[in-house]
Amino acid sequence: MKKVIVGNHAVSLGVKLARVEVVSAYPITPQTQVVEMLSEMCASGELAARFIKVESEHSAMAACCGASAAGTRTFTASSSQGLALMHEMLHWAGNGRHPVVMANINRAMGPGWNVWTDQNDSLSQRDTGWIQLYCETNQEVLDTTIQAFKLAEAVDLPVMVILDAFYLSHTSEPVEIPDQDLVDEFLPRREARLKLDTSDPRSFGSLVRPEDYMEMRWDQQQAMTTALRMYEEIDADWKILTGRRWGAIEPYRMDDAELVLVTSGTVTSTAREVIDQRREDGEMIGLLKVKMFRPFPSAAIRRALRGVDRVAVLDRNVSPGHSGIFAEEIRAALYDVPPDDRPWLHGYVLGLGGRDVTPATIEEIIERAWAVDTPPREDLWVGLKT
Amino acid sequence: MRELRIHGRGGQGAVVASKVLAVAVFREGRWVQSFPAFGVERRGAPVTAFLRIADAPIRLRCEIKAPDDLIVLDPTLVEAIDVASGLKEGGGILINTDRPPSYYEELASRYRVATVDASRIAAEHGIGSRTQPIVNTAILGAFARWSGLVDLESVCGAIDEEIAYRAEANMEAAREAAEALVIHEAAPEVVNA
Repeated sequence: MKKVIVGNHAVSLGVKLARVEVVSAYPITPQTQVVEMLSEMCASGELAARFIKVESEHSAMAACCGASAAGTRTFTASSSQGLALMHEMLHWAGNGRHPVVMANINRAMGPGWNVWTDQNDSLSQRDTGWIQLYCETNQEVLDTTIQAFKLAEAVDLPVMVILDAFYLSHTSEPVEIPDQDLVDEFLPRREARLKLDTSDPRSFGSLVRPEDYMEMRWDQQQAMTTALRMYEEIDADWKILTGRRWGAIEPYRMDDAELVLVTSGTVTSTAREVIDQRREDGEMIGLLKVKMFRPFPSAAIRRALRGVDRVAVLDRNVSPGHSGIFAEEIRAALYDVPPDDRPWLHGYVLGLGGRDVTPATIEEIIERAWAVDTPPREDLWVGLKT
Repeated sequence: MRELRIHGRGGQGAVVASKVLAVAVFREGRWVQSFPAFGVERRGAPVTAFLRIADAPIRLRCEIKAPDDLIVLDPTLVEAIDVASGLKEGGGILINTDRPPSYYEELASRYRVATVDASRIAAEHGIGSRTQPIVNTAILGAFARWSGLVDLESVCGAIDEEIAYRAEANMEAAREAAEALVIHEAAPEVVNA
């Protein structure tokens, strides 16, 4: 059934279809609708889950870790400062190997106080051991939410499903909502390999000495590597059931492209519109969408961009003192490409704190990328007031 | 692609109006995207909501700066803010007011202006209170007839789907408002998308 819904409710409906057993969250703009709808579903019995009310995001994630350790399918949602407050517990979920799924609505960090979209909140949590999946449409949000549970539980790693504030969270558009039977077939009940069980007592989160800690982290690293392959399998299964797949990366109109834009989130959609027009005019231009940020699909990105002349990475985020964060990661991935096949990489910072990214913004980037004759030394900030 | 902007005040239902209209258009098999002005809202303060309508999936994910048509839920906004800001040349403005379109002389000289007394109709159907009727569903009935963008019965179907409380009364109000629409005589022919 197709319905016109906001991105926040695409998350809630995905969580319901996944038959989540525990939800713990603390509301924050603009994700409030996600847990508002889930709390109503829990209250009405439509979703047979326990909703644990807490006094902060830190506690929400602590509750999720505990519930997940007890073997339940667990969900929370947050945004910006709320996510930042969870930071300690994000490590706990990551190192503790709790397959919690969280929706994060991308929102700029304050101060200056700002509720609008920007990827710095989730990217700041890069090293906490969470898989990160960035979405472009409300359909992708719903599908990814369901896929996330399957992926998380397959590798015992937490997954963050990420969507742009307002451009998805509060925007209504048609979304195909799969039948419960289909989702049940795709995602059976969670069977935890290890769990808190009084009849089979174990210790979770105890002291790990230097003689074991590295092995623990190695296992986590291996699980991330497995997650890369596993996501492709899960995505392929999803396609068999629904006809839709998203890919860790998605090359778009890249045949013989001399200039490729690399995007994530909703900037991708607007860029597709511009790319289509320019392709019609005969311009050799394409796009690479990056959905998965952790684990980072370096090999796939290298394959996609090898031999391309110029690559322009569009970052709705910045690592102050260095560059846009996707540009950083892609630059590192391309280092292994032999120099003759290695593209020039142009970094563009745009759309921070919800600054609108329009077709004109994308056009400006394309014009600049074509015009530069030597590899640029630093990122260009697009749309800055002078 | 057709782009619309809806003006109201916080609490009048501008955002719900954009959603109901989106559902109505979607019921006719077209693609839609609706969203509020991004940010924070206060009751009584001016608010805006937006809608894109197209025959293919909509990929533009940016604000609407130059709409084709406007719907104004509160006539005091015409005095308070520049409602026509960015409106495309020859664009349409539908205002909820008991005044005729000719009252808005300046706007009517540049745009296609129509009016409907949606407040009276909503109040008569007991939607909202007598002093603060909720006009969003009634005015959509008038919009359907005026714009030709969507069928009146699709709007009623969308009201039935989206409005939980007294959907029937809201549908009646929409139908009555369609009848009560007043179009500026000097206005050019309405061009359907």
